[in-house]
Amino acid sequence: MTAAPPTNRIGLSLNDYKGAPSTLCDGCGHDAITAQIIKAFYELGTEPHMVAKLSGIGCSSKTPAYFLNRSHGFNSVHGRMPSVATGVSMANHNLTMIGVSGDGDTASIGLGQFCHLVRRNVPMIYIVENNGVYGLTKGQFSATADLGSKAKSGVLNELPPIDLCGLAIELGCSFVGRSFAGDPKQLVALLKAAGSHRGTAVIDVISPCVTFNNHEGSTKSYKYAKEMETPLHELGYVPFFEQISVDYEPGSVQEVEMHDGSKIRLKKTERDYDPTDEINAVVTIKKAHANKEFLTGLLYINETKEDFITIMNVGDAPLATLPESVTRPPKSALDHIMAELM
Amino acid sequence: MNTLAEGSKEKLEQGRVVNDFSIQIATVNGSGSQSSNSVLMRSIFQMGIPVSGKNLFPSNIAGLPTWFTIRVNKDGYIARKAETEILIAMNPQTAIEDVKGLSSGAVCISPVELRLEAIRTDVLHYQVPFSELAAKASENMKLRKLLTNMLYVGIVAELLNIEHAQIENSIGKQFEGKTKAIDLNLNAVKIGREWAKENLKKQDPYSVEPMNKTQGKIIIDGNAATALGSLFAGVTVVTWYPITPSSSVCEQLIDYLKAHRVDKESGKASFAVIQAEDELAAIGMALGAGWAGARAMTSTSGPGISLMAEFTGYGYFTEIPVVIFDVQRVGPSTGLPTRTSQADLISAHTLSHGDTKHIVLLPGSVAECYEMAGEAFELAEKFQTPVFVLTDLDLGMNNWMSDPFAYPTKPISRGKVMTAEDINKAGTFERYRDVDGDGIPYRTLPGTDHPQAAYFTRGSGHNEKAGYSEKPEDYLYLMDRLERKYQTARNFVPVPAVSIDKDAKIGVIAFGSSDFAVQESRDQLKVANIATSYLRVKALPFTADLRKFVESHDHVYVVEQNRDAQMRDLIRLELPDMAMKIRSVKHYDGLPIDARFVTDAIMEQER
Ligand SMILES: Cc1ncc(C[n+]2csc(CCOP(=O)(O)OP(=O)(O)O)c2C)c(N)n1
Ligand code: SF4
Ligand SMILES: [Mg+2]
Repeated sequence: MTAAPPTNRIGLSLNDYKGAPSTLCDGCGHDAITAQIIKAFYELGTEPHMVAKLSGIGCSSKTPAYFLNRSHGFNSVHGRMPSVATGVSMANHNLTMIGVSGDGDTASIGLGQFCHLVRRNVPMIYIVENNGVYGLTKGQFSATADLGSKAKSGVLNELPPIDLCGLAIELGCSFVGRSFAGDPKQLVALLKAAGSHRGTAVIDVISPCVTFNNHEGSTKSYKYAKEMETPLHELGYVPFFEQISVDYEPGSVQEVEMHDGSKIRLKKTERDYDPTDEINAVVTIKKAHANKEFLTGLLYINETKEDFITIMNVGDAPLATLPESVTRPPKSALDHIMAELM
Repeated sequence: MNTLAEGSKEKLEQGRVVNDFSIQIATVNGSGSQSSNSVLMRSIFQMGIPVSGKNLFPSNIAGLPTWFTIRVNKDGYIARKAETEILIAMNPQTAIEDVKGLSSGAVCISPVELRLEAIRTDVLHYQVPFSELAAKASENMKLRKLLTNMLYVGIVAELLNIEHAQIENSIGKQFEGKTKAIDLNLNAVKIGREWAKENLKKQDPYSVEPMNKTQGKIIIDGNAATALGSLFAGVTVVTWYPITPSSSVCEQLIDYLKAHRVDKESGKASFAVIQAEDELAAIGMALGAGWAGARAMTSTSGPGISLMAEFTGYGYFTEIPVVIFDVQRVGPSTGLPTRTSQADLISAHTLSHGDTKHIVLLPGSVAECYEMAGEAFELAEKFQTPVFVLTDLDLGMNNWMSDPFAYPTKPISRGKVMTAEDINKAGTFERYRDVDGDGIPYRTLPGTDHPQAAYFTRGSGHNEKAGYSEKPEDYLYLMDRLERKYQTARNFVPVPAVSIDKDAKIGVIAFGSSDFAVQESRDQLKVANIATSYLRVKALPFTADLRKFVESHDHVYVVEQNRDAQMRDLIRLELPDMAMKIRSVKHYDGLPIDARFVTDAIMEQER
């Protein structure tokens, strides 16, 4: 008899958070991210039926089928998952939403919707699985490809990249992180922290495309990212349901308290980076580009910003669940309106 | 100060014309004439006389010509009428053209300094020193301009014999609660009236007399009616991007929602209205909301419909309820954005790539805008699919007389939605299986607490379990089921309005706002000894009534407001065996179709 698998705080095993087998290329960065999404939700002990998974179109956007089988999924159209997410969130704000997009899906066709999602601060985890190319259409450069990065064919990219993290901060995003598919420890902590955030949490994850963009000269390859990754801090996440206190040397750790009582613990490196400082975040991102650095970690967080649900002033019960007695005004209301029109 | 050429006198002496004429008011947009025109129209309405009002306006904010037409008709015809009997020529830019357009013997009220009498001597001119009178009405230069509009109300009121009490009433309604505005405007009307009494000798035959044909009726524009229908249908998520002529659907809906759907105690809303960044997003939001269980809608016009194409196909293929209102304007492209049209019929019906066809509802009056908004939500949820409601600028933005709207009699039905309990009872849930044989599958909403409740919605090929599939047999099953669902819809969409004349050899078919003109035209044809039967299509897919109707007539005329005879073509496709019996009457210059046009077009082909 095999031992029962370990379970989380709601009695589910890791398997209960898995999805269908992946059909992506072996070694694709996106699969590594999927594994951390599964782990993050398992460790958070989220009720799978209260999660909605959304995506656009691309190899990356296929991945919601590969995690959280017990959650409703919505694989939408290319670049327009943000609008769908906005509608879902209005209909049922009790759902935890996780959106997976690609760099093509977000930075090209979907740039407008991405901007407005962030601007509205629709509460969701928004992951960009960033490989610098359009994987699904066979390797064309995307708008996040670095200037001078080399395509498989040898062609050099001639346009500057759009930095989605910098853009998100500019648009008022309240949670901005950058990570790497090859850094599971940091990624899972970021994902969990994003799950506690009330607002749009953008995480740009460098996720190498092993088939079209993993060669010498590419700035989105495993080798390049591994060599270049510079974490801004050592990122830890302490959920509200297991508050453990660890003694740190004074001044070596910055704690950010989240809405649900969870905490992000940022252990400082020699950089001494404060992610609550918006201006510094922008400057850091700009400098990183100039210096060809690959900085990862929690770039910016602002726990005070109102989310879209609060702004829209809807009641506690999700709109989707309201009974006719609430959604259809009484006959007297119609009579009154008619009398005014006579 | 009236002048009249010889020759036209006879016409005027033919006798009095009571409650049957059109008044056209030519002004400049942004000049504030809107409220005066409403007051004039409402005052006549309150005398019990049927009226309809049409605003012909430019795609511009201020300074371009605008015409407002009030048709007064004792028989209750409310379609556009091409001829004007009384012109109020306030706009110097267009005055000459406006007067030239009158028929002999018509009346022209104009500012004296325009000297219009020289242009048409066969027209009866009443020339008014508007600036002088305005100076009396107010010392404030800015106000004078606005009050000039009320001066013509007073002058017309005197000439036509409109009851002052009704003017007082209408002004009270127009400027509700604003005593100062009410006083100023009433005073201006009085100045106009008194001046007319003292200075104008009535020589025209037109006047109004009280009737009792409007008692208990309302006046409302189609977009407000659509908004009300949505309000009482229990809409919860509304998404939109501003575009003429549909903006006022959502703008008025917002007002109604705020008044009737905010909880008095908590101050919380039972709705969300999102002004999206574009129509790509508006439809995406509405689909997301519909998918997650909200009653969702979006409202737009032609250019927005084009942008919604991909997502609408997605909604059809993945089976998500959503209501799309299309208040049609003239296209293609920007076209004539402030003119009316029925040319989105085929594009809306088949919106998106691949094999798609959507349920389309076609309201033909403000009352139907209200009712069909409600029906659209029911159908969208019953059939789990996007449903279009096509109105147009004429119906949507103009004021129409109507019986008051009826409170819904049926409870709201959310369609085949399975709860956790339902899944337990059924023992299974498969998203895209045709359990009942009607083509309509069952769905679950996110948040349903059952391990089997979740499914994956995808625009790519899928099997009954919503799993990814490229298998030919899965695709065939899916497409054939969607077709079955569409066929089922034939039994649930609104049936056409049919009026059979036993003597009729020919039939007329129309839809939407063409109804007003067709009704009037049938009476005109009858006078010319051409009896007609009439079928007004209210929805796509067609119901069985259509075949019966065409079969029982020698031939039929399909009257519509587009160049390509889109409805005629759809009917020919529906009834290929009778294609040659189906003729066309098309009106597509951007102005609302009028009865005389229909009559002439049919007489021409009947000759
Ligand atoms: C409207 C539209 N245009 C084009 C495509 C084709 N297409 C599919 S995926 C894709 C690019 C995806 O790139 P990315 O988002 O970076 O995803 P990746 O495959 O790299 O993970 C494109 C252009 C489409 N599906 N829809
Ligand atoms: S093509 Fe690239 S992005 Fe797509 S699955 Fe393969 S490795 Fe991943
Ligand atoms: Mg990519």
